[in-house]
Amino acid sequence: MKPAPFDYHAPRSIEEAAGLLASLDNAKVLAGGQSLVPMMNFRYVIIDHIVDLAKVEGLAGISVTGAILRIGAMTRQRDLEFSPEVAQHCPLLREALSHVGHRQTRNRGTIGGSLAHADPAAEQPTVCAAHDAVIEIASARGTRRVPFAEFAVAFLTTAVEPDEIVTAIEIPLWPAGHGYSFHEFARRRGDFAIVGAAALLDLAPDQTVRRASLTLCGIATGPLRMTEAEQVLTGKRFDRGVAQAAAAAVKAITPVSDIHASAGYRRHLAEVLAFRALRDAAARCSARI
Amino acid sequence: MATRSISLLVNGRRYEREVEARLTLADLLRHELALTGTHVGCEHGVCGACTVLIDGRTARSCLTFAVQVDGCEVTTVEGLAPAEGELNVLQQAFQDHHGLQCGFCTPGMLMTLTELLRDNPDPTESEVRDVLTGNLCRCTGYAGIVAAALEAARRLRVQQGS
Repeated sequence: MKPAPFDYHAPRSIEEAAGLLASLDNAKVLAGGQSLVPMMNFRYVIIDHIVDLAKVEGLAGISVTGAILRIGAMTRQRDLEFSPEVAQHCPLLREALSHVGHRQTRNRGTIGGSLAHADPAAEQPTVCAAHDAVIEIASARGTRRVPFAEFAVAFLTTAVEPDEIVTAIEIPLWPAGHGYSFHEFARRRGDFAIVGAAALLDLAPDQTVRRASLTLCGIATGPLRMTEAEQVLTGKRFDRGVAQAAAAAVKAITPVSDIHASAGYRRHLAEVLAFRALRDAAARCSARI
Repeated sequence: MATRSISLLVNGRRYEREVEARLTLADLLRHELALTGTHVGCEHGVCGACTVLIDGRTARSCLTFAVQVDGCEVTTVEGLAPAEGELNVLQQAFQDHHGLQCGFCTPGMLMTLTELLRDNPDPTESEVRDVLTGNLCRCTGYAGIVAAALEAARRLRVQQGS
């Protein structure tokens, strides 16, 4: 058998799950298992207690209230990919999901699991950064809401404490007709991105940029908002030159260098993908008054 | 060692077992239920050889613990053929189009394509190739597999009169 021995718990409620995490030593939450179980099979992690959230009531679901898309943490990526609410209100998430692993892993993988795992190249945290999402976290001590900017703390590390559970993701929506685009480069389709870029644009009828959001992944320990590039765009009439200037602004980053790509190559990819994402986002804007 | 009792349907047959929590579904199928058609390649979710259907959806059986499928319905490659010694439409198309050489990846390929053709009876070549990114084959270069999938889709549409 691949993983080291562990005890398995299948709580039915958040309270029960939180109680287990508060009382057990070296316990870990199991969501879809598409990142945790490989790490267990490799014995990168050795866990004494697995708390499986699959049977917890009320943790999966997609709803839109006002300008907020609320997604239960245990919602499977496949259900998000095919959700009419997501397609209509948060098309960036839908586009990003097509890059997440493969259909066979999206069938099991959850959005909450991806956020809690916090792989530096992961697409779903990148969408959360782009949309300024708020992450809801529960424990026996109560529920708190953490802005995504404070959620990703370090490499594979989030603000979630060992006794806490990610319960929901709230995504503030952009106005209808906004432009969106997600581009990434990976060696093979479905592999981890070497670099990815997510763009959101709200353009006035005369193409003036009312609001811009540009986020990169695969560069640092978590998704990076490119605030300088956003400032280059905001208030300007969008055209190829403005998009190029904004993309050039991302070259100030200091990317990681590893076996997959050098820092220089990542910097090059960042500029190219940022430009493509902005260009495609602008093309998808349907101007509103 | 903590064990748990589980009950699941595999290819329509009910099994009840007492399992260790760390037993993967792949190992349950192969070692406990003697269903060795499901192959185990990388054991970390990359190669797709161990793909099975859990409640009708494809999943990596190496990334799923047997305890997680308590109460679920699992379909493996052994559940595809209509009868002993026969092939279903997809399997026959694989034979006709040389969709396999060594055969190691074939069970996973068949399960992935079973789900695709159920959900999308008329897939484009690019849709077939997109789902097959989750299944590695080191022999065929995929050409025969893609051809078999498209041919199976065509035969199934004819069979269903659409």
